[in-house]
Amino acid sequence: MDDQIILRLAAKTLIPFILVFALYVQFHGDYGPGGGFQAGVIFAAGFVLYALVFGLRRTVQVMPPWVTLACGAAGVLLYAGVGVVTMALGSEYLNYNVLAHDPEHGQHYGILLVELGVLITVFGVMLGMFYAFAGRRSLDG
Amino acid sequence: MSDHLPVLLVVVPLIAAPIAALIRSVRLSWLIACGASWWALYAAWGLLSRVRGGEVISYALGGWPAPYGIEYRVDAVNAWVILIVAAIASVATPYAYQSVRREVESDRVSLFYSAWILCLTGLLGISVTGDVFNVFVFLEISSLSAYALISLGQDRRALTSAYQYLIMGSIGATFIVIGIGLMYIMTGTLNMMDLSERLPAVMDTRAIPVAFAFLTVGFSLKLALFPLHLWLPNAYTFAPSAVTAFIAATATKVAVYMMLRFFFTVFGAAFAFDVMQVDLILLPLALVAILSTSLVAIHQQNVKRLLAYSSVAQIGYMILGVSLASVAGLTAGLLHLFNHALMKGALFMAMGCVMYRVGSVRIDAMAGLGKKMPWTMAAFVVGGLSIIGVPLTVGFISKWYLVQAALAAGLWWVAALVMVGSLMAVIYIWRVVEVAYLSPAPDGDGVAEAPLAMLIPLWVLVAANVYFGVNAGLTTEVATRAAEILMGVTS
Repeated sequence: MDDQIILRLAAKTLIPFILVFALYVQFHGDYGPGGGFQAGVIFAAGFVLYALVFGLRRTVQVMPPWVTLACGAAGVLLYAGVGVVTMALGSEYLNYNVLAHDPEHGQHYGILLVELGVLITVFGVMLGMFYAFAGRRSLDG
Repeated sequence: MSDHLPVLLVVVPLIAAPIAALIRSVRLSWLIACGASWWALYAAWGLLSRVRGGEVISYALGGWPAPYGIEYRVDAVNAWVILIVAAIASVATPYAYQSVRREVESDRVSLFYSAWILCLTGLLGISVTGDVFNVFVFLEISSLSAYALISLGQDRRALTSAYQYLIMGSIGATFIVIGIGLMYIMTGTLNMMDLSERLPAVMDTRAIPVAFAFLTVGFSLKLALFPLHLWLPNAYTFAPSAVTAFIAATATKVAVYMMLRFFFTVFGAAFAFDVMQVDLILLPLALVAILSTSLVAIHQQNVKRLLAYSSVAQIGYMILGVSLASVAGLTAGLLHLFNHALMKGALFMAMGCVMYRVGSVRIDAMAGLGKKMPWTMAAFVVGGLSIIGVPLTVGFISKWYLVQAALAAGLWWVAALVMVGSLMAVIYIWRVVEVAYLSPAPDGDGVAEAPLAMLIPLWVLVAANVYFGVNAGLTTEVATRAAEILMGVTS
């Protein structure tokens, strides 16, 4: 799409905002609608838009397929790991109360960390599926 | 540590799965899978030995007390199922190493083990949780990873059979979540214990019978009750050998457990069997399953497919026990849950050994294997005797209790049909044994005995088939206690 100047410029302008909006949805998730799943999809959508306009090859240079696989696994580890930490601090699995000096802050940090895990996994899996369909290439690149 | 056992049972495999995917080493990811399944066995034994005496373990996830938070609740019923799943996994995972190296492309093996552990996580999670929506979540985890595992089979038809299973399994899961949703609308709770207290007040609305119907059909799809079993033969035939052994021995068992839990704990036996009269549907379907799929099994040329049809028939025996809605019937069903896992695990593992050496599991490929692979075929014979129900094997224990339960209910003709099913098993097992031992072997194809790494797990299961067939004290004690809990009988 080298000749589509308006499309390229619009995409270039929009992508940073899409990524920032994803983070807004993530961090605002415990006050309003949103959360890790939606944020992960939006974050991946930014890369999908880049791939549609600038081509798969350049997207893969920015975000290699093995990174998406690693993200898919790392998010689950973060989520499950938070639970292990709360257990190590002497409480039930995923009881965020013990994560900070008082329960209110603990719950806040806990849900943010867990939702971050969801974001990372959903982002990795979404983009990995897009690569798999768009490039028919294996995830190992 | 032991306080956290119910949740650690699930969390350790859940953490092991992404690590196995990240490590791109065949041996390391296999070792992680072994560690996760052995841990599950240790935790399962710890849970079972605590609840055998009648104690109920309750664990509040996140510190939110039930019914508000997710509760993990372990009694003799699910501790029993957890033990079955964990025991089969801890034998099947060591077995998988050689088999998978031969049958799955090497760059996919670490992802294979990741999906394998995830499937185990899901099956354990379904069994341990006391929250109906959590059941659905873990059901999806185990099903999706099972579809991926099946699609990795060598034969290209593995892809279409995995897709077929995906469609049927998703319909089943959708029905289950619709049923759960209807119950949630009517009661506002998802906790099983809380549901069982609140449901009686709304039983005579139309929504609850509809929810019951959706759940029954959904579970029947997942556990492959005739005539909803059509996904099963292809999936078992074309999956990698180790996957067939693992899934055949665990996945349908867990689906039977889900059905029991919802019928007896959530809805209550009175509603399920007196008001909805579900036994009027289950009993005939179970009998048709036993007779028709045994007949189909007799005519199969592929031994894995033969065993798959036999599995549908064996599920018929379990559901038959359930449909009697008595402590004796449930005991028989729960015993067969364990016993069938042992025998089908052994039989499919024996076929995996044949696949490893011969490269085919068609009946004509078995010619002369009795001499060339004596240990493998001897294991097949013992597993086959167990399927038939010969004394001194676990199969006999199941059949004995089932026939007794049927006679106690005054259904002598059901007991007779169970015997007919056994006779049909003689025919299809004999067809394989006859070719293996009495046909002359083709010369000089260099087929030798399977490697020890596969024979040892296989023979562990064979030994269990005989041990629990002779010494059935532990199994009948736990199954009886579980049946009493389900029927609400206190002893």
